[in-house]
Amino acid sequence: MEIKKTPFYEAHQGLEAKMVEFAGYLMPLWYESVKEEAIAVRKAAGLFDISHMGKILIRGRNSLKLIQKLITNDASRLKPGKICYALLCNEKGTVIDDILVYGLGKERYLLVSNAANAEKVLNWLKKWAKKEIGLFSPPEIILKDCPFLALQGPKSEEILRKVGLSETFLNLRYYQCKAGRIFGETAIISRTGYTGEDGFEILIWEPKTPQVVWKKLLKAGRDLGLKPAGLAARDVLRLEAGLPLYGQELSEEITALEAGLEKFVFFGKEFIGKEALLEQKNRGLEKKLIGFEILSGRIARPKYLILKEGREIGQVASGNISHNLNKSIGTGFVKTDFSAPGTLIEIDIRGQKHPAKVSKLPFVKPR
Amino acid sequence: MRNKDCEKYPKNLKYTKTHEWLKIEERKITLGISYFAQEQLGDIVYVELPKIGMEVKEQKMFMEIESSKAVSKIYSPCKGKIVAINKKLGENPGLINSDPYGEGWLVEIEIMSLVLPDTLLDSICYENFLKEEIKDD
Repeated sequence: MEIKKTPFYEAHQGLEAKMVEFAGYLMPLWYESVKEEAIAVRKAAGLFDISHMGKILIRGRNSLKLIQKLITNDASRLKPGKICYALLCNEKGTVIDDILVYGLGKERYLLVSNAANAEKVLNWLKKWAKKEIGLFSPPEIILKDCPFLALQGPKSEEILRKVGLSETFLNLRYYQCKAGRIFGETAIISRTGYTGEDGFEILIWEPKTPQVVWKKLLKAGRDLGLKPAGLAARDVLRLEAGLPLYGQELSEEITALEAGLEKFVFFGKEFIGKEALLEQKNRGLEKKLIGFEILSGRIARPKYLILKEGREIGQVASGNISHNLNKSIGTGFVKTDFSAPGTLIEIDIRGQKHPAKVSKLPFVKPR
Repeated sequence: MRNKDCEKYPKNLKYTKTHEWLKIEERKITLGISYFAQEQLGDIVYVELPKIGMEVKEQKMFMEIESSKAVSKIYSPCKGKIVAINKKLGENPGLINSDPYGEGWLVEIEIMSLVLPDTLLDSICYENFLKEEIKDD
């Protein structure tokens, strides 16, 4: 498979970014330092290239019907300009992907999926469009390839004001979106993100010279502390904010409830996976997602064992050093009995037991 | 902050294929990791320093350093004894990134073997070795 480059590739190279292949794209892992990027996003702002994310347009008759059947959240509330977070589950209630659904208009929606899952989600949608709606008037399902940027951090709004973006965008509330123009590019701008900070995501819908948006934002934000930020900073920021990452906190082995996402499951409608999830809800959870801190400062890696008095009680999902909290933090799945914040546990790091403590998620409160 | 302008592979040092650098003075080696190694790892967040007096063996791992991206084992180039450790790294492991050949040194080893292994590389050979490594990726 050929590795794809985003339109910002040359800009990343110009900044001497360390590039890695991720989900078929060559992406910046960091520019100068993960630490400085992660701190900049909480104190000022960071600009991320997120063009690798999956973008799927669903439009035409029965779009809402299809989406409502497949997502755990309530799509009927998605008026144009509204966005919701939701899961796509299979019949077992385990997670195919976590997504954002944008209401763009009547029978017109945009799904933003994880990069690595875009094809899987596309096929899942098409399969159910055929099965559920049949050959008569299925909605159109189109995989879009377009540039996507995330401007995240407390200075985001000020930066966009500085570049002259109109108040209608600056007044967007959390999880709202609006189509318009930025530096001559047609874009959908939303107040969303994956860092737990205030911020905007800019989807350049019909790109002409999208590089201009990257360059001008960086230039305008420099004095305010804006830094370009890579995937490594994005990962630690999302972990600090307690946001799940597919492949770690979410997978086809983990149900929406075990991942602690019941808030995004609306049982007042029919959807794929509902029966299994309802049954699990009534029966009670055997394992649960927890957050933890490791006191020694070592990093827990995925699949490391979590122990209580030497006995295995679960496995690590994610681990990292939080540069903002100056702590070693992580998440994992443990037997429900050991999931209360404050519980003392141990993490087996390559044969050595490191004392840890269950902590409340998120580690950093979202703004 | 990473120093991208520093001399990447100083000529007065020797290098190993496991990306340590060595400064050899009489019967003592100062050891650290190369510019390439710290750049591959990214921000170093933890250094597990050995104890002074610990004996090390040729090509055997004797300590670990860790970044968000990976854990990296550090190997001794020869039989020897740890005679000094860089205690500053406990508080500030980022020194390895900002100054890999200076403030970011790891340990001093007293050489206990008769001769040093002939697999040590000078800066030119090491740079050639890196080019081959990158090609193989």
